Amino acid sequence: MPPSDTQGHGLDPELPILTTTVERIVQWARRSAIWPAQFGLACCAIEMMAMAASRYDIARFGAEVFRGSPRQSDLMIVAGRLSRKMAPAMRRVYDQMPEPKWVISMGACASVGGVFDNYAIVQGVDQVVPVDVYVPGCPPRPESLIYGIVQLQQKIARSRA
Amino acid sequence: MTVNMGPQHPSTHGVLRLVLELDGEVIQSATPTIGYLHTGIEKTAEQKKWQQVIPLVERMDYLGAQSNSLAYALSVEKLLGLEMPQRVKDIRVLIAELQRLASHLIWLGTHSMEIGAVSMLFYAIRERELLLNINELLAGFRFFPSYIRIGGLREDLPRGFHEAVNAFLDRFPKKLDEYEGLLTKNDIFLRRTEGVGVVSREDALAWGLLGPIARAAGSDYDVRKYFPYSGYETYDFDVPTATEGDVFARYRVRMQEMRESVKISRQAIRRIAPSGVWACDDSRVVPPPKDKVYTEMEALIQHFLIYSQGFTVPAGDAYVPVEGPRGEHGTYIVSDGTNRPWRVKMRAPSFMAIQVLPKLIQGGLIADVVAVIGSTDVVMGDCDR
Amino acid sequence: MDAPAIVNALGPIVCGAAYEVGPSVDFATIYVPPDRLVATCTALRDIPSLRFNVLVEVTAADYFPRDPRFEVVYHLLSIPNRVRLRLKVRATEKGTVPTIQRVWPAAGWLEREVWDMFGVVFDGHPDLRRLLMPEDWEGHPQRKDYPVQIRKAAQIYEPLEVTEEEFRANLERDRVKRAH
Repeated sequence: MPPSDTQGHGLDPELPILTTTVERIVQWARRSAIWPAQFGLACCAIEMMAMAASRYDIARFGAEVFRGSPRQSDLMIVAGRLSRKMAPAMRRVYDQMPEPKWVISMGACASVGGVFDNYAIVQGVDQVVPVDVYVPGCPPRPESLIYGIVQLQQKIARSRA
Repeated sequence: MTVNMGPQHPSTHGVLRLVLELDGEVIQSATPTIGYLHTGIEKTAEQKKWQQVIPLVERMDYLGAQSNSLAYALSVEKLLGLEMPQRVKDIRVLIAELQRLASHLIWLGTHSMEIGAVSMLFYAIRERELLLNINELLAGFRFFPSYIRIGGLREDLPRGFHEAVNAFLDRFPKKLDEYEGLLTKNDIFLRRTEGVGVVSREDALAWGLLGPIARAAGSDYDVRKYFPYSGYETYDFDVPTATEGDVFARYRVRMQEMRESVKISRQAIRRIAPSGVWACDDSRVVPPPKDKVYTEMEALIQHFLIYSQGFTVPAGDAYVPVEGPRGEHGTYIVSDGTNRPWRVKMRAPSFMAIQVLPKLIQGGLIADVVAVIGSTDVVMGDCDR
Repeated sequence: MDAPAIVNALGPIVCGAAYEVGPSVDFATIYVPPDRLVATCTALRDIPSLRFNVLVEVTAADYFPRDPRFEVVYHLLSIPNRVRLRLKVRATEKGTVPTIQRVWPAAGWLEREVWDMFGVVFDGHPDLRRLLMPEDWEGHPQRKDYPVQIRKAAQIYEPLEVTEEEFRANLERDRVKRAH
């Protein structure tokens, strides 16, 4: 019997059997189909649209299903500057998302306030919601955001279900 | 029944909140709440030097970024009394028109997506990426190139600029026909847009809507024709108008505007030499060329002054309007004679459009709200600043 | 059309107004006394030779510590005559400026924004509330004596607009209404 290629996958072409743990398969499912909430605030939202559209096509990474309702999504991409007036509304959207949920802070303004060091802007959305991945840039290129999503996928793979 | 729409809603173009009073499907009244994207840009600009304000104003109306910086640069140049060389004017015109195309493409994509034609978004963004490539060529930045500066441009045009622009201008009209083929006679699109959100010419002007919305209602006011700036009087183009004042008329006006923009861009790119002057010769504002900085003491001092203290602008105030993608963008600046602005105020066309929104949707159906918001082409960054 | 010509045209219509021609580099600038503002604006809109039919914008500038502190600036546009005009009204911290909403409805939100940002009160404005800042905000951010950055934690929860008792009462009323 020839040796089957089973390097670390627990996969034997001869046998229709897959060996893994429940935790790993749950996290695999979670990270392969991230549904982001359609939460655009400012300029970065346009780059987020560009990421979802024809040229960059986030569907390759399984995160193209942008949901209008927070109840159906598990990733919030905070795309743009967060004003003090918007902060309660954003927190409410975050609270409405079902567990498990993740947050990507997209752009300089969302991460640290960016160039707008003034009375109106919250200096970093991590004051309002817990952030998993920060993507720098003003606005970040779609590639950067895709990289951020891939980082998040790796983080999900590493974490416990 | 009262329905709250926003501030986080897929079709409000950002963070606009509408409180709708409904009677069944019919809207009795609507109350918009804005300010969810208030960024304090005007206050921040007062802390910066004159040249440093350019990146800030570009982030106000983030879809028409370079119209904002053009308006700002023109008004500061008005106070300084600077006159630009012809080549700089032509490049500015070209950049402003390409920006209009980019902005209208996002409008087309999102507006038609919200009323059901989802694939339009992908087509529109496909062409917009080519415009962003041109931006990237200019400044290494897709979105906010900050290429227009007070006193001219940041630097000379890059190699391959003409080829990129010409390739785009050759390709784009065919694609525009394709878009029109998908939408203009599409029965679903017509039923969603015709006779919806009507505004009359008198109302549009009384509510200060200067731009595509007023032109779709019969006004022919266009800043480029009425108060030409940056050499627009030397270009041959028409101002598209319609008389119905509904969502479909706004669609037709904007589509036609894109064709006119292509026409202007073709004339501009033909006039622009591949290399030449890219700033005026005023040594107060424009730093000396690098080779002189390395060899001449005077030039070195001038370079140091411009980059450390900035330049001062004579005391006074100025308002210069430009025709942005959404209508009349204007910057009102006040100087107290120092190296920082005393007051910077952007005239925001989206602000006026949202103010009149309740009038447009009153008495209509709730499904029309989405179509009307899309057709006004509001950008919340412009509205809230 | 320059500023003295406009002032001359206004003279016979608006009686006893002390206009003052201001310096400017782009188009005519006229200082208007606050008590004559509404009459002036109506005349500017209606005199056939002027016809300023569009109010382009209303804004203000704070010249702290000068007194009077504020200048409210109105930009007008006459599409038929292709002319622009700037009106300025001086306002003190305690004084008021009349609203011109009856002349051009577009002034509604623009004046609200000026009140929100500078605290200039517009007399007769039907709805002078905060526009850009949250309803419970303190101070007027665009004033020169207001700090650029304030160090305070972001407010996360909005106070509910109805109390829990009111909420239950609403549900109950709704239920009763549906039963009938």
